[in-house]
Amino acid sequence: MLTKMIPEIGHFALIIALLMAIIQAVVPLAGAATRRPLWMAFDRPMAAGQFVFLAIAYACLTASYMADDFSVATVANNSNSLLPWYYKLSAVWGNHEGSVLLWSLMLSAWGLLASLWSRRLPRDMVARVTGILGLIGAGFLLFVLVTSNPFARLLPNMPEDGTDLNPLLQDFGLVVHPPMLYMGYVGFSVVFAFAIAALLGGRLDAAWTRWARPWTNAAWAFLTVGIALGSWWAYYELGWGGWWFWDPVENASLLPWLAGTALIHSLAVTEKRGSFKSWTVLLAIATFSLSLMGTFLVRSGVLTSVHAFANDPSRGLFILVLLAITVTLSLLVFALRAPRVSHKVGFTWLSRDSLLLVNNILLVIMTVTILLGTLYPLILDALGLGKISVGPPYFNSLFVPLTAIMSLFMGLGPVARWKQMPGRELLSRVWLSGVAALVLGATIPLFYGPEWNAKVMLGMMLALWIVLPMVRDIVARVRASSSVGRGFKKISLAHWGMVLGHLGIAVTMVGVAVVSNDNIERNVRMAPGDSVEMAGYTFTLQNLRERRGPNYLADTATLRVERENGTHFMMRPEKRLYLATGMPMTQVALRAGFTRDLYVALGEDLGDGSWAVRLQYKPLVRWLWLGGLLMAAGGVIAVIDKRYRRVPARDRHAERAGAAPATASREATA
Amino acid sequence: MKRRLLLFLPLIAFLGLAAFFYYRLGMDPSYRDSALIERDFPAFSASTLEDPNRTVDESLLKGEVTLVNVWGEWCPACKQEMPQLLDLAERGIRMVGVDYRDTREKGRQFLAEYGNPFELNIFDPDGDLGFDLGVYGAPETFLVDADGVIRYHHTGYIAPEDVREVIVPEVKKWR
Amino acid sequence: MALIRWLLFALLLTLPAAAVAVGIEVRDFDDPVMQERYRDLTGSMRCPLCENQAIGDSDAPISGDMRDRVYALLQDGKSDTEIVNHMVDRFGEYILYNPRLENRTYLLWGIPVALLLAGALLVALIVRTRRNASAASLSADEQARLDELTKRKRSS
Repeated sequence: MLTKMIPEIGHFALIIALLMAIIQAVVPLAGAATRRPLWMAFDRPMAAGQFVFLAIAYACLTASYMADDFSVATVANNSNSLLPWYYKLSAVWGNHEGSVLLWSLMLSAWGLLASLWSRRLPRDMVARVTGILGLIGAGFLLFVLVTSNPFARLLPNMPEDGTDLNPLLQDFGLVVHPPMLYMGYVGFSVVFAFAIAALLGGRLDAAWTRWARPWTNAAWAFLTVGIALGSWWAYYELGWGGWWFWDPVENASLLPWLAGTALIHSLAVTEKRGSFKSWTVLLAIATFSLSLMGTFLVRSGVLTSVHAFANDPSRGLFILVLLAITVTLSLLVFALRAPRVSHKVGFTWLSRDSLLLVNNILLVIMTVTILLGTLYPLILDALGLGKISVGPPYFNSLFVPLTAIMSLFMGLGPVARWKQMPGRELLSRVWLSGVAALVLGATIPLFYGPEWNAKVMLGMMLALWIVLPMVRDIVARVRASSSVGRGFKKISLAHWGMVLGHLGIAVTMVGVAVVSNDNIERNVRMAPGDSVEMAGYTFTLQNLRERRGPNYLADTATLRVERENGTHFMMRPEKRLYLATGMPMTQVALRAGFTRDLYVALGEDLGDGSWAVRLQYKPLVRWLWLGGLLMAAGGVIAVIDKRYRRVPARDRHAERAGAAPATASREATA
Repeated sequence: MKRRLLLFLPLIAFLGLAAFFYYRLGMDPSYRDSALIERDFPAFSASTLEDPNRTVDESLLKGEVTLVNVWGEWCPACKQEMPQLLDLAERGIRMVGVDYRDTREKGRQFLAEYGNPFELNIFDPDGDLGFDLGVYGAPETFLVDADGVIRYHHTGYIAPEDVREVIVPEVKKWR
Repeated sequence: MALIRWLLFALLLTLPAAAVAVGIEVRDFDDPVMQERYRDLTGSMRCPLCENQAIGDSDAPISGDMRDRVYALLQDGKSDTEIVNHMVDRFGEYILYNPRLENRTYLLWGIPVALLLAGALLVALIVRTRRNASAASLSADEQARLDELTKRKRSS
């Protein structure tokens, strides 16, 4: 009896979670405004309650998938009794309803953590932050319950079996990619809440930035991993070997990433120097707003086909209203409460301040450019000026030079000092790296790749220019201290995080430059016994077999690949036919490596016993995602820096006095 | 005061964007008009579905307003569209079919089963005429005036209400 | 993601049988330059049916037809411009991933360039005012810190 009620229990838990979210939003915010400690004390219990009931709801939905309860509409539409259990788990978020539920669950988790790990913050600040997160949570839960209820039943006409999960989604990459991406999107809600709380509380000083930095870094790290996983998934799953398509959906994830990157840097300036305060708040609002806008663009049918993620216009309208309320209110608060008079903190041309200013402006230009390219066809269409497409050639031709300009400044930023720095000193710190970057960048492509390529050279030079000054800086720091070990210890974790983040960018840049320009691709006709030689490998088609998988039939080709030194390995590309949907799919064979990937896709049966086969040699393609992982690792390491959890005595004193706390740990970086 | 106004800029920019999104919400982003509107029906030379020995060309479409419907046996929406096409033929509109990417046998079978509103069918097994017409799916319908100029294009299925509300008025307009 | 949407779209629109399979053609090229041109052309034209894929990356039947046509026109010795015009005549400007520079697309290219110039100007303006500020006064935080240090000294 009780097991049959699982969807109703989940539904009921969702409603309770919504009620708790509303209380979490209203009571603590009102308490903070009227200075009532009792009201403010509602924040943590309600955040915990909202999380617990959402977790119950999510568990109920998962149970419905595991139990093949096809009376639940989302289960019937996205699962099948033949589906392996692990894909049933991931099928929960492989559709609109389930993914919004996951979104809400994650939001409540971030909110709970933010309210728990903030014991050292002023009481009213915690109440405001939690309240704002509750408000966002309430909005999304309302959205789930009103337009996207994952527990809706198909009674009495329940189907015998489900229509199956889209075969493209039956894959490990799709198990991990969306949760990571959502964790990133949702995670930016915390820094957003901090920014709004700071505005509301009138504490628009440098203090909130120190509290918000770890949360921003964590969210950014998740988003970075999410984007990298998406690119990796597209690479091996779509069968074309492409890894970035400048598709609106991809752009929607890149927008908050770029704004978030700008935010991380701007937070550093505000924390260390107390300048750019309004700008940092605006970026915090913008980053989360872009996350929300991405969700709107993907799910409303505005950008993509009406047949895409959500085909229910009421959903699009609901998200738009949610987006409009959130962003309008926050920008209104910003416009009314941002400090009227800005105190000008001085710095000169050659200073970390001015370099970070350049960084922020470039990142904003990149963000606007991508937004423009994504929306321009829609704007023209709305104006009746016809249909055009804006695709990879446009984005590449703007993004590559912008990244190059950015890299030039990235070489200088980490080694420059705050406030001011004599030109001679900066030059002495970087000249050697500059020369080395030019020389090595020009020569490495000579030994590498099929032929010397100017674009590869440029990419190498810029990547080296980013990395070498940082390396030199670390060596100089270590040398300056009494022992190597102590020298390393003296460098803060936050600094290591920055180094890793920048190293990640450089690694990705090398990967992009090399794989875009030195990629080798051949489409060949192969019958069993045929051999093809490419990039030093000999591919021999040994045989073709049919095989039956759990829910598909496959043609499998076995290729023997021989290296120049005589050793060999096997590759088995497949063409699958999924039984429930009748959908054919290409399953590529990949031989991954640090220096290159071999990528084999099986095409059509050409009739005479031979098949079309696509062979690709992709040098350094792994570096794309390796760079992403390094960036994320940098973000994580910066989060665990103790500096953010230690509250300097000075601050505590200042908080009691109600005055603006001074900037901390300037000495750590000076 | 000036600075305060400056702080409102992001809000104004966002409101503009939100209004634009609202305006776009009801629109179908995949809708596109044909590139051939206001242009001559492309030159072609093909046999008819009915008679492999009879060759027709673009002069076939001159002299009278004609609806050219691109269909194929493999296309389920074409079957659903058939009653509407028969209705149009009954209203005295000249109909010409293009049997797109099909075999003769299957095409004839299709017409025998679902009815034949067409004066004749251009047989286009390799999709050459379809390509010149910019066809990328089926069904698609073109309205060609008496001078052989394409005046209107309908992508996809013609619903019963489309007959009354769109197709017949368009035909009347160009007669 | 593009393919997912295409698949969803494909399920709702009718296509010739066996639509969703990787279309890999084995083509012979006389010289590598022509092969490169073929790849560039098929990579920069959008499949008119799919949601968002280049014809070179798409397995929709129309993309296969378009690739065949590109190949045939290349073999005929047509220039890239002629080939692009041939396609635009049939399928419209929509298929160009790199929109032509014309009245309606000036802003598409112009805004980023203008932003870059405005950004450079903004940096110059901000740093100029800040440079003067650095000589003139301490920041509020610095002032607060200074106050506190002096206070602490006085109290101890």
